[in-house]
Amino acid sequence: MELHFDQELTRLKEMLLRMAAMAEQSVADSLRALVERNEELARKVDADDAQLDRAEMDIDRVGIELIALRQPKASDLRLIIVAMKIASELERIGDQAVSIAHRAMELAKEPPLKPLVDIPHMAVLVQRMTHDALDAFVYAKPDLARSVIARDHEADQLHEQVRRELTSFMVEDPHTITRALNLMTVARKLERIGDHATNLAEDIVYLYEARDIRHQNEENPPHA
Amino acid sequence: MDNAVFRIEQLNFWYGAKQALCDVNLTIRPNQSTALIGPSGCGKSTLLRCLNRMNDLIEQTRVQGRVLLHEQDVYAPEVDVIELRKRVGMVFQKSNPFPQSVFDNVAYGLRIQGVTSRSQLADRVEASLRKAALWDEVKDRLHDSALTLSGGQQQRLCIARAIAVEPEVLLMDEPCSALDPVATAKIEELIQDLKKDYTIVIVTHNMQQAARVSDYAAFFYLGRLIEFDTTTKIFTHPANRQTEDYVTGRFG
Repeated sequence: MELHFDQELTRLKEMLLRMAAMAEQSVADSLRALVERNEELARKVDADDAQLDRAEMDIDRVGIELIALRQPKASDLRLIIVAMKIASELERIGDQAVSIAHRAMELAKEPPLKPLVDIPHMAVLVQRMTHDALDAFVYAKPDLARSVIARDHEADQLHEQVRRELTSFMVEDPHTITRALNLMTVARKLERIGDHATNLAEDIVYLYEARDIRHQNEENPPHA
Repeated sequence: MDNAVFRIEQLNFWYGAKQALCDVNLTIRPNQSTALIGPSGCGKSTLLRCLNRMNDLIEQTRVQGRVLLHEQDVYAPEVDVIELRKRVGMVFQKSNPFPQSVFDNVAYGLRIQGVTSRSQLADRVEASLRKAALWDEVKDRLHDSALTLSGGQQQRLCIARAIAVEPEVLLMDEPCSALDPVATAKIEELIQDLKKDYTIVIVTHNMQQAARVSDYAAFFYLGRLIEFDTTTKIFTHPANRQTEDYVTGRFG
């Protein structure tokens, strides 16, 4: 027998998945706007952000209502708390996409600085990380979530590489500074999306294993 | 565990041919509140009543294993059951004040113990009523019948009566199930306060209540102890699937 409460939890998960699809679409659109120099698509990303903001608030409201009215315990409680945290990460991923779209609009007004290589590479990586974190949520695969966390280092390295390359452009030719800075911002935003994907993954490990794996290092060893 | 109040070892219990407890091992720690939870018929009340041998009053029961109170088996033949129940007091589901005055209810056990001095009786009655968070409400009506008190007050009176004889352990069997939410909240507050002087073992069907008032929780199913751990652990990430299903309301 399915409980009413289970139906409410299913509804919460569905809200989250719809929001996740929107956030992923915004990131994809912002990058397409950048690569194709498509200002119209960039404006669409900006306009769509309000929906993500609304979705985050809806998920928080439903989460708070479930906590107040159902007094969830154990895995139910973790699901609701994690759903609210995931919604917050997705909203911020949406904000990064908006930021990329704004840079794309600026960059489209000037001739290309250089063919984009590392930025699309970074984009593929962090989009994959985000997607895998969400798959780990849907299919209850904490190991997949862990693999996302392991990939964050790669995103950081690519970010550093892009920064170095763009700095050399600026040093050689001050006329490139505006465009290089815009591209640096894009790379920075992609790196942040990787961080958000990592946060999602940590939340998902907590959801399924009740283990808080955030902020672990030698001074702060994992809890038993 | 060195500082156990109760150590229950391999306890089995039968009502006639029906086995109600199977191989229960459990330690009750001092000045803590331990909740026994589980669906109806899981054995939690039976276990509670083994702790002060209330089950002796039921015919055709049989017990096997040991219930050690400070390392002394309460089922040993030399144990004085009256003395045991003085050390291990009990509060029941339905408040059961005697049809006497508020004062006489609380003084009852003291008089049996031989306390006759009026001033001594008055002092201990007042102290017990204060501990039971009832004094302010009844100090002007100590000689009214206890039956004129509200349900919640009657239950606190029963708690005052139980603690007047200075037990070490208080057993509570669904102490709030007949009370409204406000009276329930008062008893729950009281349970938290009483922990500093007493060890509390409480049976409750109310999961929220178990979560609020206990430090440790033991989940029983079909006479077996399924999981015992800190209440925080039991209600946030229990190790056992059955416990998880029970505390999340999917089973039991």
